[in-house]
Amino acid sequence: MFSKHREIFKFLSLVLVVLITPLLVHEGYLLNVLIFVGIHTILSLALNLLLGYAGQISLGQAGFFGLGAYISGILTTTHAINPWIAMLAAATIVTTLAFFVGFPILKLKGHYLAMATLGLGIIIYIVFNEAVDRTGGPSGLSGIPNLSIAGYTFNTDLKNYYLIWTFTLVAMGLSLNLVHSRIGRALRAIHDSEVAARVMGVNARVLKVQIFALSAGLSAIAGSLYAHTMTFIAPASFGFNFSVELVTMVIIGGLASIYGSLLGAALLTVLPEMLRAFQDYDIIVYGLLLVLMTMFMPGGLVKGIPELFTSIRARATRKVKTDA
Amino acid sequence: MRRILLTLATASVCIFAASISFASSATIKIGALFSVTGPPSFLGEPERNSAKMVVDEINAKGGIKGKKLELVVYDTGGDATKAVQAANRLIKEDKVVAIIGPSTTGESMAVIPVAEKEGIPLVSCAAGSKITDPVKKWVFKTAQNDGLAVAKIFEHLNKKKISKIAILTVSDGFGASGREQLKSNAAKYGIQIVVDDTYGPKDTDMTSQITKIRGSQAQAVICWGTNPGPAVIAKNVKQLGVKLPLYMSHGVSSKKFIELAGDASEGIIIPSGRVIVADVLPSSDKQKKNLIAFVKDYQNHYKAEGDHFGGHAWDAIMLLKGAIERGAETPAAIRDQLEKTSGLAGIGGIFTYSATDHAGLGKDAFVLVEIKNKDWSLVK
Repeated sequence: MFSKHREIFKFLSLVLVVLITPLLVHEGYLLNVLIFVGIHTILSLALNLLLGYAGQISLGQAGFFGLGAYISGILTTTHAINPWIAMLAAATIVTTLAFFVGFPILKLKGHYLAMATLGLGIIIYIVFNEAVDRTGGPSGLSGIPNLSIAGYTFNTDLKNYYLIWTFTLVAMGLSLNLVHSRIGRALRAIHDSEVAARVMGVNARVLKVQIFALSAGLSAIAGSLYAHTMTFIAPASFGFNFSVELVTMVIIGGLASIYGSLLGAALLTVLPEMLRAFQDYDIIVYGLLLVLMTMFMPGGLVKGIPELFTSIRARATRKVKTDA
Repeated sequence: MRRILLTLATASVCIFAASISFASSATIKIGALFSVTGPPSFLGEPERNSAKMVVDEINAKGGIKGKKLELVVYDTGGDATKAVQAANRLIKEDKVVAIIGPSTTGESMAVIPVAEKEGIPLVSCAAGSKITDPVKKWVFKTAQNDGLAVAKIFEHLNKKKISKIAILTVSDGFGASGREQLKSNAAKYGIQIVVDDTYGPKDTDMTSQITKIRGSQAQAVICWGTNPGPAVIAKNVKQLGVKLPLYMSHGVSSKKFIELAGDASEGIIIPSGRVIVADVLPSSDKQKKNLIAFVKDYQNHYKAEGDHFGGHAWDAIMLLKGAIERGAETPAAIRDQLEKTSGLAGIGGIFTYSATDHAGLGKDAFVLVEIKNKDWSLVK
């Protein structure tokens, strides 16, 4: 039972870091960036369950994220529905939708699955753009209310930080629980060999669809949170590029690792902000760093960083020995 | 255990490194958000260039009341999320007194709640009329409302006794806003829209839409988009031998469009800011002096023709300069002084703001130009 305690300790130390961070950064713009780190963590977590654990790629995650944001946005602005109910509705609708779409789509494998999910994402994106009367079209939907609990409105960066990170930590906790359960083992079995998994009695077809629906639902919740913190949404934020960015977050962070999702999301959200110092060359530096990281840390940050430290330490001790 | 602690530690180091910044004093800091990259870069790039150019000029002349201006530019890539992050950074980290931009209506709408909450004047360079309608306390804009361009075209149609038109708009923010204005103003001018069609921003062939228009009763075609789509439409219209008069929006009023469309651009009528016809304006025109100076400067600095997109940023800086010259230093005072701007001859038109009008321009901000011999000529 030692490893279980270890897991709990890891998670609690993360909770502690999340809790005290605002005390260190005060109410600056950085807090705003950290809000996006939280949202992106939920999204890359959702994709990692699908891609990292079950081995099924999706290039349409931005579509589900956008659907969540738009369902929440439209319900609260044009129909004056309570934001919490709107969020619930967004999650339910998107999960159901993904569940039914999932059966035909997840029969496909590899590149074909990538193409199908890519198409799905693009269709959703086109709907946001063209359904001008409902979505406001390309220039977006504004005036979305903040979330509130019993008169307490989440209207500052600090309040939103705690709100978003509560969701993020809950999502991480549940995912940790999931991947260490029987379902998590079944997912990894599908990843390694679907045929073998089915022989062992895993209902691969249904399980894949279920995890796909869960992934979409989680993304929709992230979308809803995004809509209520930004108070404005436009289709440009939910395009194909963002889907690719999410895949990058998962791969850079570390496939099949819950903490890897957090690291990947944090790096890809914070890095562009830090690189603004390079002015016009920031995109080149950004691209270069990503290439280097995938080359030298193939297991993602979650494996790469500790390895880096170990090798530095090994080198240091070797040096001490030779000096002596 | 040690592994995870190390990982977490590294992550936090990364995050905190970003928070280090340097402050400077004795300068007035102005923030700018432009989509220098991404799909709207045709707006963002000339805007950034013009803003930098005019700030350098002001500083070379000793600044405003002895204080130098400092321009902090962030690229938004046309993405609303990035625009909001950058706006927050400008306000909370760089502590700017005012922000110019963003370049597009979508990004502007996203940044407005931030500017309103933090109390920082925002001078948007985007055209969408909903930016300043209804009037928001901290938000101004320099780009001409799309409605003004529509009115200019409709007046011309009335003069030519054309009452049935086809509209072909691009499915992005610019096209959607144009389509809305075209549809809502048509009845007022006794104009009937018989075909209402759209095309995608990346489409490379619009013959099917134009064939549909050819088969209709339309007497004129209005196309609303930004390069390169309208150039394709102009070519398709010529290829299909459609003889209807073709009107375009101010979204293509730069030399680039004539280059792209080539011979097919002949005879197209466009509502535009005065900047592209600066040299043929009568010398009584109040804007002429500034227009010619702007075009010449831009040519010297960037070896390209100054267009009215860059003009939006030029106007934004000049508006702020005016406000600061009148004694404003804090964001709140700058806002109050901006609202008192009156008769400022800019590139986009003559600006007069008031408590009920934060767009500041009248219908005369546009002139109609026709493309003749691959150059612009004023339509009288």
